[in-house]
Amino acid sequence: MVDRSSPPTRPPLSAASLTLRLAGIAVVVAAVAGAFAYVNGTLDPQRLTPKKLINVLETNNGVHPGFRRNHSKGVCVIGHFQSSGEARAYSSAQVFNEPQTPVVGRFALPAGNPYAPDNSVPIRSLALRFTQANGQQWRTGMNSMPVFPVGTPEAFYQLQQAQSPDPATGKPNPGAVPAFFGAHPEAAPFLAWVKTAKPSASYVTETYNSVNAFYLVNATGQRQAVRWSMVPVAQDAPGATAPEGGDFLEKDLVQRMAAGPLRWQLNITLADPGDPVNDASKAWPAGRKVVNAGTLVLESTQAQLNGECRDINYDPLVLPAGIEGSDDPLLAARSAGYAKSYLRRTSEVSQLPAAKQESGQ
Amino acid sequence: MSAHPNHFAPLARLLHWLMALMVIAMLFIGAGMAASVSERHEWLINLHKPLGVAILLLVIVRIVVRLSTRQPPLPADLPGWQVLAAKASHLLLYALMLILPLLGWAMISAAGDPVMLSSSLQLPSIVPANAQLFAFLRKAHGYLAYLLFLTVLLHLAAALFHAWVRRDDVLDSMLRGKDRG
Repeated sequence: MVDRSSPPTRPPLSAASLTLRLAGIAVVVAAVAGAFAYVNGTLDPQRLTPKKLINVLETNNGVHPGFRRNHSKGVCVIGHFQSSGEARAYSSAQVFNEPQTPVVGRFALPAGNPYAPDNSVPIRSLALRFTQANGQQWRTGMNSMPVFPVGTPEAFYQLQQAQSPDPATGKPNPGAVPAFFGAHPEAAPFLAWVKTAKPSASYVTETYNSVNAFYLVNATGQRQAVRWSMVPVAQDAPGATAPEGGDFLEKDLVQRMAAGPLRWQLNITLADPGDPVNDASKAWPAGRKVVNAGTLVLESTQAQLNGECRDINYDPLVLPAGIEGSDDPLLAARSAGYAKSYLRRTSEVSQLPAAKQESGQ
Repeated sequence: MSAHPNHFAPLARLLHWLMALMVIAMLFIGAGMAASVSERHEWLINLHKPLGVAILLLVIVRIVVRLSTRQPPLPADLPGWQVLAAKASHLLLYALMLILPLLGWAMISAAGDPVMLSSSLQLPSIVPANAQLFAFLRKAHGYLAYLLFLTVLLHLAAALFHAWVRRDDVLDSMLRGKDRG
């Protein structure tokens, strides 16, 4: 072996050998770079990515800087959850074991336009963040429909595409959505529900469903598949129809809250063996055991432009120990898509209307 | 030549190859999860976070090892610009291996998310929850990860250039502890 200070005189490489060796290096580097480009989607244009999911929402609803790309119109709520202790046998999560857990939530319309009229859709949503004393969090985004129209992110993406404006006319093709549903029989339960659903006059009278399934895990490691619902404790006079005008929901909420806290009961439905855990388009048969896990108490509202809920990403896979996601493919897609929407809107906070007003003062 | 070893210390070589595997895996995991909506997204993210913390801990050990052991010198006949490129790219590799996990940790903190390494193992937040800070840190994490990938490619190409074209002892000094007979 030669000393480093006196390098050996190596025979120079022939031109052919040098070319071959440089080409060898190029091949190795290109192989690694190519594998990377496949993994990051560049060489796999067919793959459904979070970017595509959020882009189609922006195509359909327009870009509203700083707002969520879906469920854009909403209002923050503050309160707490009182555990009944009844879910303790099924889940070791602190939220079911401690008497009280603080909550920051958000009621919203399921549309990507923050200025959509409240009576334009029959669905309302409620997202919640429970912050446990041990620092772990439970985030859930629930909807007033009992089932999701489709069971996979790919089908959801195609449904959004069916609602996209046709480049030729600037309007959605009227035949596209019926054609989509014609090809997706799994949407039948949702379509049956939506046929009878009317835009409610209040956020407060609605039941909000997890739609996706999860697992509760207890202290001994037993797993139980569940779905959950927030059921309003004080039902309104039934049949209250949506008033005229596009912005009644937030006013109604503020008014009712002024009269006192509003309550929902957290009902956790336990799946029987064989119930579909990985398909949010399928309801579970009636008669499943339901556990009353406790009461959600909402005490105050905040405007979404500067309220606490604004900067929360209600990612349904932010879960405490004792609650786990199921293999429902929509859960991972929601998590990935929300992350993309969150990055875009947090990059645009300074463009929000309230932020502009404040900076103008 | 007793002042300078011909090879990296055994611990330095172990850390180099272990972290080479981890960092390359980490880059692919990160790129894959950011471009996926499937269950893979969740699975990869649950790997990404503990692996990132492991890299952070190892790079601290590695910096200590680097500063407390002797490195073999670069070949005496190496052109000046290559010496400069070697030193700068190594500095960049160390800096990025240290900064990227910290950025990941900070961006989760800035989002107000609990920093969970498993279903129950939680790290403290290292910055306050702030949406604009999150957006900045998240973008920095992504762009610097691409810079790290490019630097790793350059490092790989340079190592092969030393071995196959220059035919010096640079790659060998990281591969084995004994001189070739």
